[in-house]
Amino acid sequence: MIQKRFTVGKALIYLILTMLCATIVVAFWHLLNLSLSPSHIATKGGLLLYPKELTWDNYARVVGNRYIWMGYKNTLIRTVIGTVLQLFFTAMGAYVLSKRFFPHRTFWTFFIIFTMFFSGGLIPNYLLVKDLGLLNTYSSMILPGLISAYNMVIIRNYFQSLPEEIEESCLIDGAGRFRIFLQFVLPLSKPILATVALWLVVGHWNSWFDVLIYISDDTKFTLQIVLRRIILTGSKEILDTSAAANAAEIESVVSSEGLKAACIFVTTFPILCAYPFVQKFFVKGIMIGSLKG
Amino acid sequence: MPTGEEWAVSVIDTRVPKRENAFRRWLHGFAGYRKYPALTLMFIPVVVYFFIFKYIPMGGIVIAFKNYKISQGIFGSAWVGLDNFTKAFNTPTFARSVRNTLTISGLKLLFGFPAPIILALMLNEVTHARFKKSVQTISYLPHFLSWVVLAGMFQQLLSPNNGAVNAILRDVFGVKESIYFLGNNKYFRGTLIVTDIWKNVGWSSILYLATIAGIDPTLYEAATVDGATRWQCTRYITIPSLVSTIVIMLILSVGSIMDAGFDQVFNLYNSAVYQTGDIIDTYVYRYGLGDMKYSLATAVGLFKNVIAFVLVVGTNLITRKISGEGIW
Repeated sequence: MIQKRFTVGKALIYLILTMLCATIVVAFWHLLNLSLSPSHIATKGGLLLYPKELTWDNYARVVGNRYIWMGYKNTLIRTVIGTVLQLFFTAMGAYVLSKRFFPHRTFWTFFIIFTMFFSGGLIPNYLLVKDLGLLNTYSSMILPGLISAYNMVIIRNYFQSLPEEIEESCLIDGAGRFRIFLQFVLPLSKPILATVALWLVVGHWNSWFDVLIYISDDTKFTLQIVLRRIILTGSKEILDTSAAANAAEIESVVSSEGLKAACIFVTTFPILCAYPFVQKFFVKGIMIGSLKG
Repeated sequence: MPTGEEWAVSVIDTRVPKRENAFRRWLHGFAGYRKYPALTLMFIPVVVYFFIFKYIPMGGIVIAFKNYKISQGIFGSAWVGLDNFTKAFNTPTFARSVRNTLTISGLKLLFGFPAPIILALMLNEVTHARFKKSVQTISYLPHFLSWVVLAGMFQQLLSPNNGAVNAILRDVFGVKESIYFLGNNKYFRGTLIVTDIWKNVGWSSILYLATIAGIDPTLYEAATVDGATRWQCTRYITIPSLVSTIVIMLILSVGSIMDAGFDQVFNLYNSAVYQTGDIIDTYVYRYGLGDMKYSLATAVGLFKNVIAFVLVVGTNLITRKISGEGIW
């Protein structure tokens, strides 16, 4: 079935694929070297394929900055609490809708799915959060997206494949529906819940727009917003607050380019570390997502 | 086979005749809530959530037809009919944002849509398993990074002063003048398209790769026995097998043509490239939350959402016709 001969066409394919990957690898590698370079090299520019001079000063500045740590803390808070709550409520709704005998099921399914296709839009959503008094609260990062209709449909489809007979025997044994949901349905659905949980974690880690519009208190800024401010407004203003005393001395070693690169790496470090291990679950997840019911 | 609802009704009240009108059946459904109190209780928070965070904002759309003032609230503000729409439609920046949205989406469709298909076809030719796996792992990576992070990267890489890309263009390709990829209207859209492909091409290829993996291998065997070359196998077996997936994905992409990629544009653009880069979503953000023209921005948002809704529902109906199943 497969030709073993190495043809020109095949060589071309390998070349193109290698180049595609090279643009990704080299981009990250260049930034890594940039983040490890002292100012006079970083500002000169050009492609850095190896660190001409090694310095940890950029990272020292970034890691020593309180905004970065606060960002980490806030991102962790929203990711952990947000993912747990989202997963729980989405699964709970999915469980109810997976029951064919639930009254007005078709209507409720439409009630939820309709929100996937039409929304109030940016301003009405913003005004709602504002009128609920959620501005500058962690709730504003978690509540507006608490349940995703799309994830609910996917989890519901999985629940529907579970055998109803076992649930019925649990009912006869005196277990309530909620207990069955917690102790029987959820543990049996680990594969789909793990997949959705991974989506939610990445979503929370990467989300920035809600923080941008709902949060103005800088002690609640998440990592993405801290990074965005550093990149857009220039790193010096934000990062100097911690080291104003010896700013002049540091000025000679750190550069805005190097600092930004270091910030990017500090922000994405957890994702880069976890990525090789969780990648295959995401690939599985995309297949589950494409199986519609 | 009775549906769940009918079954529930017949269990509760055996006197209900088999044939009854929809309204009666709907009314009888309410008895089910008492029959399944635990399920009903579990469902209440879900309904409350969707009502508050999804349906109330839909009601909030009324401010598109009012002159909303914070001090007067949504109900107290005066009705102005379609003033906000006519005002928006008469500003040149609005027309520009619609034009940019459609152009950027169209270009992304033209170049970004075939890219993952080509990548999947190329990966399918790779017989070296380790190499294939590495290409996949590397090309999926950018998908997991936010546009905030990627914008930070691209600002550095594409910088006209000391960016790596301009350095390569200068030293290797002999381009004399630095290119302002993110600051020049001539290059901005191209930069958007290329960076978008760079981020998503690997990830989007997964679906096509899975479809290819599902093709019956005996087809290839038979073709090879008949003397078909690799290219002929691709041309006459692989590509035809992909057609239905491609058609569905294409229709869905057309359905989301009103989304030109807010995250990407918002993090990469600046006032120098509003001419080519300002899309409807960024327009709504700037006018609504920046200038606090809530009513005007809501009107523009509604305009976009209605068109997007019609497109998505329409394309879904078409997909349903073609494949026998819609996306939901």
